[in-house]
Parts: sequence; C-alpha cells; structure tokens
Amino acid sequence: MTTQTPLTDAKSSDFQVNLSGRYKIDTIFAIATWSAIAISILVLVTLLLSVLIEGFPRLSWSFLTNFPSRKPEEAGLLSALAGTIWMMVTITAIAFPLGVGAGIYLEEFAKDSWLGRVIEININNLAGVPSIIYGLLGLQVFVRFMEPLTGGRSIISGALTLALLILPIIIVSTRESLRAIPDSLRQAGFALGATEWQVISRQVLPIAFPGILTGTILALSRAIGETAPLITIGALTFISFLPENLQSPFTVLPIQVYNWVSRPQQEFHVNSAAGIIVLMVVLLMMNGTAVLLRNKFQKQRG
Amino acid sequence: MVSTNKSYVTTPEDLVTEAVLRAKDVNVYYGSNLAVRDVSLDIPYNQVVAFIGPSGCGKSTILRCFNRMNDLVASARVQGKITFHGQDLYGSGVDPVEMRRRIGMVFQKPNPFPKSIYDNVAFGARINGYTGDLDELVEDSLRKSALWDEVKDKLKDSGLALSGGQQQRLCIARAIAISPEVILMDEPCSALDPISTLKVEELIHELKQQYTIVIVTHNMQQASRVSDLTAFYNAEATETGGKVGYLVEYNRTEVIFQNPTQEATQAYVSGRFG
Repeated sequence: MTTQTPLTDAKSSDFQVNLSGRYKIDTIFAIATWSAIAISILVLVTLLLSVLIEGFPRLSWSFLTNFPSRKPEEAGLLSALAGTIWMMVTITAIAFPLGVGAGIYLEEFAKDSWLGRVIEININNLAGVPSIIYGLLGLQVFVRFMEPLTGGRSIISGALTLALLILPIIIVSTRESLRAIPDSLRQAGFALGATEWQVISRQVLPIAFPGILTGTILALSRAIGETAPLITIGALTFISFLPENLQSPFTVLPIQVYNWVSRPQQEFHVNSAAGIIVLMVVLLMMNGTAVLLRNKFQKQRG
Repeated sequence: MVSTNKSYVTTPEDLVTEAVLRAKDVNVYYGSNLAVRDVSLDIPYNQVVAFIGPSGCGKSTILRCFNRMNDLVASARVQGKITFHGQDLYGSGVDPVEMRRRIGMVFQKPNPFPKSIYDNVAFGARINGYTGDLDELVEDSLRKSALWDEVKDKLKDSGLALSGGQQQRLCIARAIAISPEVILMDEPCSALDPISTLKVEELIHELKQQYTIVIVTHNMQQASRVSDLTAFYNAEATETGGKVGYLVEYNRTEVIFQNPTQEATQAYVSGRFG
C-alpha cells in the first residue's frame, strides 16, 4: 500500500463527495426497475398458471381433432386450428411481399420529399389504428364490395383484412432493419460500380433480412391473435367442416375461444382455457421459428 | 468579411497534357450552403496527388466529386466542370455506375463487406460481369495489395475478422480487383496504427506504377512521403457564419513543403496552424 498524496492542489473542502447518499440513489433505482419487471412477470405468470390449471386436463388428441359440438366434452377445435393455419399462410403471402417491398422502397429509393414525409406519418398512424376499424373496412371492401372475387365472409377476406392490419408493422420494422445497416457498406458497394439494386440485393438485404423476418413474424403473431376484425367481417363461430379453398367460410382459434367463453356452461369455459393453451403454443412455435431463422441467417453472414 | 482571395493554382506545366481528371471552377453546394469554391486542378496520369488542409476545407468533398459519390447525398450540388479523359464527368455521356468502376475509392474507415475475404474481393468483379478466372483475380488483387501472404490460408474467413490495417488493405484489394484507372483514397490511414499506416504507404508506392492515386490526408508527413503533387486547401468564414473551402496552392510536393508561394501554405506545412 502506498500512502495517498493529493494529485492536485484542489482543496478537498471544494468537494462534497457524499458517497453514501449517491450509492443510496443507485440502490433505490435498482429496486425500482427490479419491481417493474417483477410486477410484469407476476401478471404474466398468474395468467398462464390460471389458464394452465383450468385448461390442461382438458387437452387431448380428440380436442384437437374434433369439430365444434353442442356437447362440451365432445367439442374440439379442428376447424379453428385449420382456419388459423390457412389464415397464417394467406396473410404471410399477402403481407410479406407488400410490406417488405414498401419498406425497401421508402428506405432505399424514395427521395426525401413532402409526399414521402406524409406517407411516413400516415404509416406510423396506421400502425396505431384500432383493429376493429380494419374490420369495418374489410367488411365494406372485401366482404361486400369484392364479394364476387372473395366469396364474402371467406378466408381471403379475413386474410386481406388482417394483412392490412399488420402491413404498417411490417413496413416499419423493415425500414428499421434497413436503417440499421451502416451507410459505409452502401457507399462501398456504389464505389465498386454497383447499381442501386445490386447494392440492396447483395449487401443490404442479406444483413437486414434477420431483422425483417423477426418483425414480420411478430406482426403475424399479432394477426393470429386478433378477434375483433374477424368478428366484424362475420367469421362464423360454428363450423363443422374444414376450409377447402380461399373462398371458404372459416373460423380461427381466438374466435372459437371467444365463443366458448361466452357460453353459460362451466364446461365450455374449460374448453376455452384449453383453446387458449393451444393458441399460445401456436404463437410460441411461431416466435421460436423467428428466433431460429434469425440465428441461422446471422450465422450465415458471419 | 468578404474575402477576395482567389485560389492560387499552378498545375505544373509539363504535366497538364497528361491529366486524367481535371476540375475547372468547381463549386460544391450542400443545400444552399457553398461548401467549396473555385477549385481548378489537374490530376496527372500515374502520379500520387495528396490533398491536405485543415478540417472542413473541402478536400474530401472535392475527392468525392471525382467519382460522383456526392450524387448519393440528396442535397449536394456540383457546379463547374470535371472531366475524366476530357469527357464531362457530369455530362449525359457518362454513366456513374460505369465510371465508378474506372475510378475506385478507399474510405476513411475500413468498410469490408460482412462476407468472406474472397467474396469481398470478388464482389466488384461479379457485379460488373467479369469473365476471367475469378480465383486468379482474387489472388492477384490480394498480392498487389500486399495481403496475400497473410490471408491465403483463410480466404473463406470473414473480412471483418481481420485487423484494421488488414481490413484497409482488403478494401484496397477490392478496389483494384475491378481494374480502375484512378484510386481515390479518403484519409485511408486515419483509423490505423503506425505500422499498418506504413504498410499502406508502401502499398501506395507500389500501386503508383499502375494507377493514378488521389489521397486525402491529415498527416503532412504522409503527404510528403507518398505524393508527387500536393494540393493545399484552406477554409474561410463566410458572412453567414459558415465556412467555405478553397484551393490555396497546388504544386509538386517538394515545392509545397519547402518553398510554397503562399503564406498560408507555409504556415500550415510548418505546423503553425491547422
């Protein structure tokens, strides 16, 4: 140990160090942030537990493979599960190319202009519009106006409505992923005589892709959980057949859950708890896929 | 204060006829701000030209006019005339994509693509439709940039795994792989340690045999070591509180450093300001 000598001739009386007071604020802040996370996790765990306790015993293979029924013990969610998968695929096919395309255009090609800024503000606003509004739009445009094409209250009408709903989210997340790519990479590409599309397709998109994918799958998870717009466009709640094509009537998991929970009999409430578990497993699988894909692509560019 | 300073330019007479790039009365604006004014100079064939001067004097801006990188900045506007082999660089006859293959660029911060070393060097050749043997081209470019011996066993490794100095030489290899005539270097050593800097400088000496090089540098020793010609830029305050850069003096490097005609040049190269 060496003896401490003052480094400068500033008098120590010039400083009121008050270390213990400053450390106390550190501690208070740490506790406050810890409580914030504890409360949110507690709420989530309570919700999960109550659903699991009520619904888990009801889960069985026949629950997944039966059609809805008037008798709660025979009722299953086959048509809802099939409807959800049909919806998921159709929404992806519509919203992914449109959203990513629009995001690329706005971020890479569009000049900074008055019109561009108006579009940007509108997209951000659209992301915050309540989903029921999209349901009303879908009802008027896809179900009524375009009925000859969509077949009315069909899978394609529902998918178009939900695709509209998540389009702004996909556009915004695409733009954010693109914006995170350092400009120096684009400049390097241009300086080597690359065209705009060559720079985007070979340098920018491969790096931005994991982020775009994650954003898209998270947006899809939101679409899969939506109920209100689909009820608005008149998705049926009792369907005892599987969808055959895009113009088939349909139901989806959240609607089936909503239907069961609004019945008076306790047995149906158990069914809805089990339905929630199935829905959550579907969502978890989607999010898991997002993480796996992201890791795969990130490794590839290593 | 309105300055009546007229740029004092002497492109050495015997070199004028061989100019690859020629700037004539070039003004560059960002939005409505004049950033650099009245720059006229010639870049002669197979010479190394250094641009020196204090920060904000417009030397990088002028450099980026030579391969139209300023096109990518929406607010940038170039006035005056820049010619490449006598052809107007900003005229309708010149395609910026084709032109950038012939006028390469190395940036201040090494910016290899997050791909393998091989793919980094091959990228420019691939997008420009190179028909020769790609393996040979990659090896040749890495040899020319004095990197081959260090990376020949790990061409599949990421370019980002290299050290900063190696990354910069990789960027130089990438630039020469598409056989440019001119290489523009924007402070290529400012992010490198002294040993890496030395390697890049040696490389510039080698490359001089085949390429015309324009290098922006803050390091005056570097300018005096690597260049044949030096252009000194300075900046002056405008009435609106901004700064506008201009070319003060352009001559053979030894003249600029030992016997400049302008007082400002003398002051700058002797370290009295800047």
